[in-house]
Amino acid sequence: MSEPRIRFERVSLEFPTAAGPLRVVDDVSYDIHEGEFVAVIGPSGCGKTTMMNMLAGFQRPTSGRVLLDGREVAGPGSDRGVMFQEYGVFPWLTVRENIAFGLTLKANRVPAGEREAIVERYLGLMGLAGFADAYPKHLSGGMRQRLALARAYAVKPQFLLMDEPFGALDAQTRSNMQNLLLEILAAERKTVMLITHSVEEAIYLASRIVIVTARPARVREIVAVPFAYPRDEAIHEAREFGELRSHIRDLVMDEYRAQQGQARAVAFSE
Amino acid sequence: MGDRLKRIGLVAAPWLAIVAAWYGVRESGLVNSALVPAPHAVLAKSVDLFARQGLAWDIFVSTRRVFIGVAVGIALAVPVGFLIGWFRSAKAFADPLVNFFRALPPIALIPLVIVYFGVDEPAKLVILIYASFFAGVIVMYEGVSQINPLFIRVARTLGASQSEVFRKVIIPLTVPHILTALRVALGVAWATLVASELVAAQRGLGSMIQNASTYFLLDVIYVGIICIGLVALLMDLALRRLSTRFLAWQDRVGA
Ligand SMILES: Nc1ncnc2c1ncn2[C@@H]1O[C@H](COP(=O)(O)OP(=O)(O)OP(=O)(O)O)[C@@H](O)[C@H]1O
Ligand SMILES: [Mg+2]
Repeated sequence: MSEPRIRFERVSLEFPTAAGPLRVVDDVSYDIHEGEFVAVIGPSGCGKTTMMNMLAGFQRPTSGRVLLDGREVAGPGSDRGVMFQEYGVFPWLTVRENIAFGLTLKANRVPAGEREAIVERYLGLMGLAGFADAYPKHLSGGMRQRLALARAYAVKPQFLLMDEPFGALDAQTRSNMQNLLLEILAAERKTVMLITHSVEEAIYLASRIVIVTARPARVREIVAVPFAYPRDEAIHEAREFGELRSHIRDLVMDEYRAQQGQARAVAFSE
Repeated sequence: MGDRLKRIGLVAAPWLAIVAAWYGVRESGLVNSALVPAPHAVLAKSVDLFARQGLAWDIFVSTRRVFIGVAVGIALAVPVGFLIGWFRSAKAFADPLVNFFRALPPIALIPLVIVYFGVDEPAKLVILIYASFFAGVIVMYEGVSQINPLFIRVARTLGASQSEVFRKVIIPLTVPHILTALRVALGVAWATLVASELVAAQRGLGSMIQNASTYFLLDVIYVGIICIGLVALLMDLALRRLSTRFLAWQDRVGA
């Protein structure tokens, strides 16, 4: 097998708190290979965002290493596009300026003509052409996420890190966004890490699923998703889909209960 | 055309009502009419003051003082407020300090200002700068400390360097707070103007009011007060124009 593009190597992270160090990520190891789509699923507050922050370069592990193509992550960079849990569109820039933002930076500057072409392309792909000169305050939640995706794509990252990008959307919009994501990934392949709470979303989108435990996050199990790309909605009805879903759901519920128990234990100890 | 007339009517109505109430109070006999000059008398007085006493110069002198006071005060408040807001730990110790000085009425400082700065132009400016600075600095650091760090992270993941983050994210997010600080400081500065012109000013609306009160020239006092209100209103309108132009992206401005 080829070298992994991303490697979590015995990664642990502790936050210093008033009550002493709080272990949030505990001895996590897994690899993500070129072109893979890895979904990470686990109970709320277990340490998923923290895990992604280490890969994005915002946080350093307390021990262990996060490697990108064999080199330790030193900080954020435009090789890793990130979609954050909250909408991160810039409210002071128009839709067009948001998409162009990364292209105006020294790190990925392109000539003005090329920049316009890229912006136009993603305006079209993401269905935002009618809103090119509007400010984000006029956009719906789904449109904001499409804008965040367009902006991340515009600088041609090799990796896409997404932290519950569709968590705040209604079911219909969410399903549209999933399909849009699959389409754009089919057109421009990336190596993807997606954090999600939704078992269906993980199975529908990912090639592999990492199930993590209640805090501190450990790898509970890694399952391969047996469906080939391109995928379509029909796989939701497949027998393997249902089996996989109940298997993962059991694991997640188990960890969810553990997390709840933890919260209660904390409440009692106070 | 009809719409336009309606708009003008709407804007004018409360002012006309005030003038009517003014006449009403005067004619009602509740107050000694010698103590309430009639609106038309005040208008006539203002024409007279413009023509013969150089009222325009007084307006200009006062406006210039407010302008310089606010400009210098805010020019200092922007970087200082920015630093206090940016470094959380600075806010903890700066907050009581700033509130202490802001709570002091500028009028109470006049004797000290006279001792240290004399009675000339600098003394008046010092008071206005002081008032503008403390009004503005709070607005600045409260605003800056609320800048969402998410935007900085997003910019970093798109490849922004530290200086690009500053120029392309932090500055645009600071502009609204600068404009608010300006508006707040303008209000405070006009309020402080009369006090600052108590420092033996020769000219200016504050000193005009001050002198008029010595000779009990009520109509002149009224003219002075109305001029202060009008100029302050115009400045505020101009700033609001600026805000709608620069802050069209904000939720509450424009549509
Ligand atoms: N800077 C920090 N200092 C101290 N504790 C933190 C810090 N950041 C996160 N935590 C704690 O670490 C734990 C994991 O947080 P994290 O945001 O990674 O969870 P998550 O799995 O992404 O949760 P969710 O699914 O709700 O987004 C939480 O209990 C949180 O309170
Ligand atoms: Mg999270």
